[in-house]
Amino acid sequence: MAHALGQNEKTLTETGALRVSGRIGSVDPRVRILAAISFGIVVVGLSSLMTLSVALGLSMGLLFLSRLPLRPTLKRMAMMDSFIIFMLLLLPFTVPGDPIFTLWGATASWQGLWRGVEIALTANAVILALMTLVGTMEPVTLGHALHKLRMPETLVHLLMFTIRYIEVLREEYLRLRAAMKVRGFRPGTNWHTYRSFGYLVGMMLVRAIERSERILQAMKCRGFSGRIHLLQDFALTVVDRRFAVLFGGAVLLLICLEIAWR
Amino acid sequence: MHIVDGALSNPVVIAGAVAAVGGIALGLRSLTLERIPAAGVLSASFFVASLIHVPIGPSSVHLILNGLAGLLLGFAAFPALFVGLLLQAVFFGFGGLTVLGVNTVNIALPAVLAWMVFGRLIGRGSPVQGAVWGGVGGAFAIAATTGMVAVSLAMSGDEFLPAAKLVFFAHVPVMAIEAVLTGFAILLARKVKPELFVKGLPA
Repeated sequence: MAHALGQNEKTLTETGALRVSGRIGSVDPRVRILAAISFGIVVVGLSSLMTLSVALGLSMGLLFLSRLPLRPTLKRMAMMDSFIIFMLLLLPFTVPGDPIFTLWGATASWQGLWRGVEIALTANAVILALMTLVGTMEPVTLGHALHKLRMPETLVHLLMFTIRYIEVLREEYLRLRAAMKVRGFRPGTNWHTYRSFGYLVGMMLVRAIERSERILQAMKCRGFSGRIHLLQDFALTVVDRRFAVLFGGAVLLLICLEIAWR
Repeated sequence: MHIVDGALSNPVVIAGAVAAVGGIALGLRSLTLERIPAAGVLSASFFVASLIHVPIGPSSVHLILNGLAGLLLGFAAFPALFVGLLLQAVFFGFGGLTVLGVNTVNIALPAVLAWMVFGRLIGRGSPVQGAVWGGVGGAFAIAATTGMVAVSLAMSGDEFLPAAKLVFFAHVPVMAIEAVLTGFAILLARKVKPELFVKGLPA
């Protein structure tokens, strides 16, 4: 996953950092989460290629509305595709059906090809909608919104702590790697490399646990009584209702198209 | 190791979601608020560890280390790894939305099993003995995860059977690497912070 990040890119944007999220950004986070979930469930249920293309088009529309930088976002999507491409390429040869061509004794079928295309369209449409609707939020806002959507409080706190410390720990990791580098460490396929990486992970974990002890002490020192308050409140506005109606209509349209084109 | 949306059949997706909710609920019960900082920081560490690419021949693999996560977190590995997968899907576009449950179970259940089987063993004997058991636990967790990914694919349709087998055998070298890394990580932790595996996580 590391190549998804540039050299100086942060893992998650910081709290208060300016987020460019265009028109999507003004919609209530709860509405966006629910929209992404309903879109995901409906699209996974679709099977006609035409409808799936419309769904992917809808996700692309959201991408334009969200004003996410096009290139990096599509690059991330393409990286997910590079992981599943082998599975998809195998499908034509394993699904029985009308033959297209024969390669080394294995016959590729149209049915298998379409099945592969179907999976690729579904996966891309859903993940793109998720990234544009939910991924444009500030991570902390995501935690608050999930809390308002009745996610268990303990899980929300765990999410918040994870979000808070990912960047801190990544910086620590980069420091350790830099320290290894100045001592002449060059990764390769050998025992020394694996041992060094093992020690690196072990060191990170030991430091993480010691850090968490300090965090708990600091919390107690400030009067932590066993409850963390989540203060952010959300209120539905006209914009949110309009978005919900429009998006709901689009999802309904997908269902109708699926029935009509089956 | 992530499965994407659209590949699995509905029964598999639903069963995965139900199992994930159960596992997360069990894990949350073991998490008192005092343990949340430790679990959160470790969850973030495993997120960062999955960014590390380890060279293997001409290619490289990224670490999963779910066995190590299980050995350190116990049942709390379930919610901790779920949080990691959620953040990966939302902010990095890895994995998928409806398959979040299946992916969580495939990664977190082996972690918890590794803890149940090998958790006590890594704290006993000399650090090297503990490290060897840690390595075995790490290999076991990855093997179980790949096996479960293969089974979830195979249960969704016979056409995935070759892909499922391919996934499993392609991950054999990953199992070896994860085993070695987990072993050395445990070895270092046993030497630097011996009390860690004696009384478990700071509670």
